Amino acid sequence: MSQESQKALPDALSRGASLKQLSLLNLWRSYCRHHVSSARDSLNRLLRQPLSSLMTCLVVAIALALPQVLSVAVSNIDQLGQSWQGRPSLSVYLHHNVKQPVAEKLLIELEQQESVAEGIYISPSEALQEFEAHSGFADVLGQLERNPLPPLLQLSLVEQLSLEQVQSLQANLQARPEVEQVDVDLQWLQRLQQILALGRTLIWLLSGLLALGVLLIVGNTIRLAIAARKDEILVTKTLGGTNAFVRRPFLYTGLWYGLLGGALALLLTELCLFALAGPVAKLAGSYGSDFLLMGISWFDAGFLLLASSVLGWLGAALAVGRHLAAIEPK
Amino acid sequence: MIQFLNVSKRYPGGFDALSNLSLNIDAGEMVFLTGHSGAGKSTLLKLIMLMERATRGQMVVGGQNLNKMPRRQIPFLRRQIGVVFQNHQLLFDRTVFDNVALPLMIAGFEPRDIGRRVRAALDKVGLLSKEKLNPVALSGGEQQRVGIARAVVNKPPLLLADEPTGNLDPELSAEIMKLLQQFNDVGVTVLIASHDLTLIERMGKRKLTLEGGQLVADVPGLGGEAA
Ligand SMILES: Nc1ncnc2c1ncn2[C@@H]1O[C@H](COP(=O)(O)OP(=O)(O)OP(=O)(O)O)[C@@H](O)[C@H]1O
Ligand SMILES: [Mg+2]
Repeated sequence: MSQESQKALPDALSRGASLKQLSLLNLWRSYCRHHVSSARDSLNRLLRQPLSSLMTCLVVAIALALPQVLSVAVSNIDQLGQSWQGRPSLSVYLHHNVKQPVAEKLLIELEQQESVAEGIYISPSEALQEFEAHSGFADVLGQLERNPLPPLLQLSLVEQLSLEQVQSLQANLQARPEVEQVDVDLQWLQRLQQILALGRTLIWLLSGLLALGVLLIVGNTIRLAIAARKDEILVTKTLGGTNAFVRRPFLYTGLWYGLLGGALALLLTELCLFALAGPVAKLAGSYGSDFLLMGISWFDAGFLLLASSVLGWLGAALAVGRHLAAIEPK
Repeated sequence: MIQFLNVSKRYPGGFDALSNLSLNIDAGEMVFLTGHSGAGKSTLLKLIMLMERATRGQMVVGGQNLNKMPRRQIPFLRRQIGVVFQNHQLLFDRTVFDNVALPLMIAGFEPRDIGRRVRAALDKVGLLSKEKLNPVALSGGEQQRVGIARAVVNKPPLLLADEPTGNLDPELSAEIMKLLQQFNDVGVTVLIASHDLTLIERMGKRKLTLEGGQLVADVPGLGGEAA
């Protein structure tokens, strides 16, 4: 301690004096330095206890990977549905009393329509023969007095039709006097899409719950870290550390948990996809499809990392807000 | 440097630790604060650092009115006050050097400044050779000296010490007091709470005596420097 101390004047304590000592630029630089050192130190702390850090990161990762895997699965099933839509077709059942010439005339008329690729007429007797051949009910059917089957127009539609277009065509046909009933053999696709929509909603709900879980996990871990470093916090506050200064390392710890957890989640998701790729290719092959499992896009991966970092930071901020204020030097 | 006018402190339990206390300590003074256990010595020091708020009265420290000081300014007040505790409050997860560097890191000093100042402070307390050790490896007296180095590394104009020799034998106590005296010699205002009446007498400085939260005696130092 030398000459400088002799300048101790009554007003030497004023904030102005300390601001003069550290110019604004210096303040900014020391602020940035503390960000860097907090980030580095908190990462070092995590690495110094690799096992317990890994545990926390894994829990975060599993919570994040679960909705990720499910949403990849849904996207793939959707894709599969789209590609199997292929050629939708309509079965147009006519009234019993519609005679063959009338039916054939209707068929020709329908075939003029843009959305109809081709069609065939199946008479009640043809239908019965086919039914007898395929159903194994030949004996029973043979005993019937009257053919119960209606005349049928089987229409193949062009490929690019949307579900809505198919449905409006169905409604048009249904309105005709000759037509008894129109079945779309796309109903399974319709149902699939309803199920997928439901699935997506569930994934969002699940993601929300799991995100909350991540907040709590990180928050709890930070709470323990704060408790473990209570002495250091007390001393730092006694020596003039601001709340922001004390908070910073913990916020970075949360950020690291989030980021590392997110990266692990990506790894887990990729592992799941890798494990599934073989069986899926085999299955697709058996349906004569060259379907390939879609992975995670770069955009999705980036989004996951961003979201997980934000979650980690937030979880830490919640814990720090609740527990740090309570630690004041006494 | 420190002015108290009719200051009272009542703890939440309803206990009056200080009542109607007025005192004035000038810049550059070295003052001892004594009194029985529970007299309110620590409370007085805590009020100066705003670790506790006064219930009544006016307090001015270093020209700043503490009554009106908002919470967010408290850290900046504390950076201008060095404190030495009885139990030194060192951190055992880092070296002696890092302990002493802490106030400078908090205040945002440049890394190369930090090295220079920490070594100067450690040199002053005679522990430069132990900068790389963990404080656990030091004796009680050495730990207390590290605490003093940390308190002065920032060159604060005011140094507070609460029972700085509480755990030490007479010889080490005298050594610590000599060290504090050296800082006072270069202009630092020093306020020391202590039980050790023999040592206080030997130092020949101004002595304030508290009893039941009231100032009952204010004996000027031998040099006649007290107000
Ligand atoms: N946080 C607190 N809450 C309630 N009462 C307190 C608190 N801190 C101190 N006191 C009381 O205030 C009185 C003064 O305490 P203080 O610590 O200032 O005494 P002291 O003079 O430093 O004593 P010692 O020499 O034992 O350190 C004591 O009776 C103590 O019980
Ligand atoms: Mg005390």
